[in-house]
Amino acid sequence: MPKYVIVGGSAGGIGAVEAIREVDPVGTITMISEEPSPQYSRPMISDYLSGEATLVKMKYRDDRFWEKNKVQALTARKAVGVNLTSKYVELDEGDRVGFEKLLIATGGKPFVPKMEGREKDGVFTFTDLSNAETLAAKVERGKRAVVIGGGLIGVSVTEALVKRGVKVTIVELKDRILNLILDAAASEIVEKVMRQAGVTIVTGQTVQRIEGRRDNDGAVVGVLLTNGEEIPCDLVVIAIGVIPRTELAVGTEIKMNRGILVDRFMRTSVADVYACGDVAEAYDFISERNSLLPLWPVAQLGGRVAGYNMAGKKTEYPGGTVMSALKYFDIPIISAGIAVSEESNGYDVLVDHHPARNLYKKIALKDDVIVGMTFVGDIEKAGIIFHLMKKHVHVRDFKEGLISENFGLVTIPAPLRKKLFMMGD
Amino acid sequence: MGCGLCEVFCIAQHSKSKDLIKAYKKEHPRPLSRVRVEVDRPLSFSVQCRHCEDPPCVIACLSGAMHLDEETGLVIHDADKCMGCWTCVMVCPYGTIRVDVSGKVVAKCDLCQGFDVPACVANCPNEALVYQEVTP
Repeated sequence: MPKYVIVGGSAGGIGAVEAIREVDPVGTITMISEEPSPQYSRPMISDYLSGEATLVKMKYRDDRFWEKNKVQALTARKAVGVNLTSKYVELDEGDRVGFEKLLIATGGKPFVPKMEGREKDGVFTFTDLSNAETLAAKVERGKRAVVIGGGLIGVSVTEALVKRGVKVTIVELKDRILNLILDAAASEIVEKVMRQAGVTIVTGQTVQRIEGRRDNDGAVVGVLLTNGEEIPCDLVVIAIGVIPRTELAVGTEIKMNRGILVDRFMRTSVADVYACGDVAEAYDFISERNSLLPLWPVAQLGGRVAGYNMAGKKTEYPGGTVMSALKYFDIPIISAGIAVSEESNGYDVLVDHHPARNLYKKIALKDDVIVGMTFVGDIEKAGIIFHLMKKHVHVRDFKEGLISENFGLVTIPAPLRKKLFMMGD
Repeated sequence: MGCGLCEVFCIAQHSKSKDLIKAYKKEHPRPLSRVRVEVDRPLSFSVQCRHCEDPPCVIACLSGAMHLDEETGLVIHDADKCMGCWTCVMVCPYGTIRVDVSGKVVAKCDLCQGFDVPACVANCPNEALVYQEVTP
């Protein structure tokens, strides 16, 4: 019986393997993944679609990763159930894999609303490599696509399609794109550059029906918006969001909210069972509550912490938060913590905005502690601000300088610089 | 004293020719300095990657380009694998990972691998930069 069983071989599962092996070089590990070769970078699927990344470039870890870490990799296999009393995972075809410690790192799946026509030929989701490969095979210069959802996935797939010569209309239900991670001023800059790249942005609408050809194959011919407008297209990408793949935990005593609840050691409510990544609801260091954070770096970190704890090295999870770095349409953006903050809702807001040059900096404070940050265009010092935010540093004495051109480690008061950054003078 | 020579020699070191004059006159775009001089008079200093033991940039890297070199313990960036997502820029406490001149990948200090002493240290006229191992 393997000592450690990990369900899921992406960011979280890989992070866990690396951490376990730092502590326990010999304990047996079995990893179960539905994908044939899960050790690739999912965030890079848009670069694959655009043609900028090859399958080789996409390797997050090399193909010998499992072997080098002495992991029994059960790839292209599906975990269909878990028995927490007898401590085993049930696989497709009825096999059982017993465990001493279990990590559920099953990730998320695309949310597809009950939309008429969603089964038509030419409708795609976009979260894993197989989605990207299927879509890439259908893409041709001059085709028209409708992307439903103006979040991170929607914008990334839009950019990739534009690079492939596809004419894209992006449809967002709210009044602006990227509304969960950017405020209005930052969204506006992105919308401007997207329009300049030829993208049509429709906001305040969604698709009520996907229309297909009446004749033989039912191929997509367009979408019908809620306002009755029709947009002809050849491809539809549903990019509304991801939801946790909690199926393994459903019906067990593992406590769940929207995702599997874990404590600061990535433990679920059941002994010896851990969870991390998109499937888990773990600690958020800004809201100071558990929340869903379906983000690659958060998954990798959660996986590492889970791995250490599974192997007996007690390690506290520092927490994640909403944190996004965007590269799309040649505008670098970093946004983390509370993105939409106004003085009217009790935040102290520092802003430096040059819309004509696509430059924007905003820092939100609550009681002189940074709780949100957005950097558009010039992102070099964003990491220093992120660190101050993560450490909940009181910045009253130097907050005016935080968005100045000259801001840096040098403008942080010496005692704090020494303590936080281990830099003397 | 904020002379900026560390930046100048870093640029030369990371140029194709490794020659100061050629790097400045002939190479377009000119390579990016991996060190940054910060000045707030009377204080000034040079900042570059600290090569953290538990590097946030490596954990956060979306592509696997940023990694800890097993032999040297240095935080090394493989530009061929970099997807230019800027996640490492977001999580570097020191702000020492920079968007490279191409705008497509990041650039960072590699401690001038293959040389005994990094170029910034070797050419610091005031011996303000020293090269030593520190334990946190």
